[in-house]
Amino acid sequence: MYAYDEIDRTLVNERVSEFRDQVQRRLSGELTEDEFKSLRLMNGVYLQLHAYMLRIAIPYGTLSSPQMRKLAHVARRYDRGYGHFTTRQNIQYNWIKLSELPDALEDLASVGIHGMQTSGNCIRNITTDQWAGVAPGEIEDPRIWAEILRQYSTMHPEFSFLPRKFKIAITASENDRAAIKVHDIGLRIKKNEQGETGFEVLVGGGLGRTPFIGKTIKEFISHRDILSYVEAILRVYNQYGRRDNIYKARIKILVHELGIEKFAQEVEEEWLQMRDGVLALDDVVVEDIRSRFSYPNYQKLSDNPDELKAAAADPRFAMWLGNSVAPHRVPGYSIVTLSLKPVGMPPGDATADQMDAIADLAEKYSFGEIRVGHEQNLALPNVAKRDLPALWRALDKIGVATPNVNLITDIIACPGLDYCSLANARSIPIAQELTKRFANPDLAKLIGKLHINISGCINACGHHHVGHIGILGVEKNNEEFYQITIGGRADEQAEVGTLIGPAVPYAEVADVIEDIVEAYLALRARPDEVFVEAVKRLGVTPFKERVYATR
Amino acid sequence: MPLVKDGKIVDDTFVHLADDAVLASGGDLLIPAVRFLADSGAAVARSGKTGVVWLNNRDIDDLVAHLDKISIVALVFPSFRDGRAYSQARLLRERHGYKGELRATGQVLRDQFVFMLRAGFDAFDVRKESDAKAFAEVAARYSVFYQPTGDGRVTAFRQRLARHAEVAGS
Amino acid sequence: MTSPLQQKIKISGPSIVTANRTGDGVVIYRTGEKSWSARIADASVVRNADEARALLSEAVADDVGAIGAYIAPVDVIEGKIEPGNLREHIRSEGLTIPLLPVPA
Repeated sequence: MYAYDEIDRTLVNERVSEFRDQVQRRLSGELTEDEFKSLRLMNGVYLQLHAYMLRIAIPYGTLSSPQMRKLAHVARRYDRGYGHFTTRQNIQYNWIKLSELPDALEDLASVGIHGMQTSGNCIRNITTDQWAGVAPGEIEDPRIWAEILRQYSTMHPEFSFLPRKFKIAITASENDRAAIKVHDIGLRIKKNEQGETGFEVLVGGGLGRTPFIGKTIKEFISHRDILSYVEAILRVYNQYGRRDNIYKARIKILVHELGIEKFAQEVEEEWLQMRDGVLALDDVVVEDIRSRFSYPNYQKLSDNPDELKAAAADPRFAMWLGNSVAPHRVPGYSIVTLSLKPVGMPPGDATADQMDAIADLAEKYSFGEIRVGHEQNLALPNVAKRDLPALWRALDKIGVATPNVNLITDIIACPGLDYCSLANARSIPIAQELTKRFANPDLAKLIGKLHINISGCINACGHHHVGHIGILGVEKNNEEFYQITIGGRADEQAEVGTLIGPAVPYAEVADVIEDIVEAYLALRARPDEVFVEAVKRLGVTPFKERVYATR
Repeated sequence: MPLVKDGKIVDDTFVHLADDAVLASGGDLLIPAVRFLADSGAAVARSGKTGVVWLNNRDIDDLVAHLDKISIVALVFPSFRDGRAYSQARLLRERHGYKGELRATGQVLRDQFVFMLRAGFDAFDVRKESDAKAFAEVAARYSVFYQPTGDGRVTAFRQRLARHAEVAGS
Repeated sequence: MTSPLQQKIKISGPSIVTANRTGDGVVIYRTGEKSWSARIADASVVRNADEARALLSEAVADDVGAIGAYIAPVDVIEGKIEPGNLREHIRSEGLTIPLLPVPA
């Protein structure tokens, strides 16, 4: 965990006090809504269909137990007793009052969390692998660099009014769990031949109306130069990114229109003029940041303890163990994913009581640390294997032990038309129906790894383009219709899915998905040929034929 | 529109020269970039002081050769949301060493003051009287800054290292 | 931002003006008494573009009280005002999904 010091805390408090003043000026009429809108967005406050929505950043997806309890407190005191974890390591509250927002933010500030830069045309919450620091084979903990970038980007004097929002993600693992290829800047930590840490830099990835997979702009940049290089990219974007059309304002469009070579050349020219300037990172600074990350005092424990052997006889436990528990870099420990996708419930939602219980369990079993992943699940990153049976019973009791991680019911979905003022169609009821259709855990296991992503509009908050099956809500003559894509993926082999045919009405979506899954089960070469690989081999035609033959 | 300079509301001696107005020989003038570049010699040969209004889509490199002859560079914020002039300001101050007045014009509201100060602006054409009056208070709102810019404020990184050194030395 | 009044106003049937309340975001409807109500039943129904423009103008003028006023379609069935599309149904009646069970 990164420990905020007095300096970090002061800034958050100063921001809350500024926002309190801005809210006051809005409520008194001194600020018009037009003037206030940019200010509230800079603090994560949106207006949705029924109320204001507050989005809180969880930098690089790491939370302490006290922070989680404070999130629960805000849900209970200022909202309706629950919150929604998003695809960008944020949490959203859906029913918050403008007049109470400064108080809610002040409460959150007491544990060092805030809504700064969770919206607006600035550098958003820096995200990373939810298994950072604990995944086996990781090059180094990417959170050090996420924190350096968090500090660099917070209230940036030059880049707080960019053409459009700007998202940065970092990974240090072979297996990309941070979806870096669909970010404005994606960073992959690597070592060069001399063993020096640096980054492969990708730029111009993104979803939304015009999806692009990020392109490599720099094969290797030394860690010393990462801030100056990022600044060079941002400066070129700030100057030349389009501001005439909101749908063409993201950096992906600039990169696409200029071409990656030309864009890279612009960045290089800018960078060469500043690389040895004040942003060059000296080791003292990096070590100072690194020193404020504390790591658990791991014990020497058995990798196959008696407690685990004894519990394996329980088939429910065994199923959960096989599904939701991943290897840890330290023997005797595991990473446990907490599914926020129970059958029939909105994906990613957690109640205040669940949050409190998870905070307690993290203290008891995971050195007080909780992670939030872009798949809208939580994780306890440091669980001793001998504690797994006891932890499972406790998680099961509060409803976060559904053994469906990475399976067909582990659906990623945006809030959709039930909450969102931008949405054209609902997302959550589609997800609920699908989890009911595939509720049988044996069936889900038989189908294997399959990510369904649902977005209620073209803005793609549910990342439908990169779902193995993507579902996009559209409106046709006042009715909800859904376009289905297949073959997308968000990992290191990121790919935009292919549309299988005309949109289908709301009532038929679940049937269509069932058809696609049946076709896959009939056509897959082997049981371990996962869905997305089968689509790659077969193309969309057999799936399309199956779906539209009778429609 | 009140002008705030060095933290205080002051009288503006400069007059904006309209695109088609005659270039008067006296008086302090803010001249649009196009006219200035067309005949910069005539502009600076006048008895009054010369400032240039530089739009945010103009390459700042084209202004660099003239910086030592002008008193004001006025950069433009056509809307609160358009942040191109922040980049221009930092380049003028930090890369090209411009020491004269750097004036923020256009949609200038109190909620941008801290960003603008950090980017190197020292004069502000503030849209609202109430914002101009609140300038000193708003400018002092933040005491923590993460990024090094040319404004000389000590960054959080350096504050921390200084604190550690203090602790180590005591 | 383009003011809603600068946009072309075209309505195809009975319509109302709706917005969200500034202080708490609650869905509100413009009434015939130059004020707002949280009940759609109190909404003033307009039936042509001129009436709609007039109602929207006075709604937009109340920038302190309400945010984002716009014209929305309704159906008037036996004198009862019903939201004219799914979005307005959801705004008027709430989520179409159950909330997470919050223990008492």
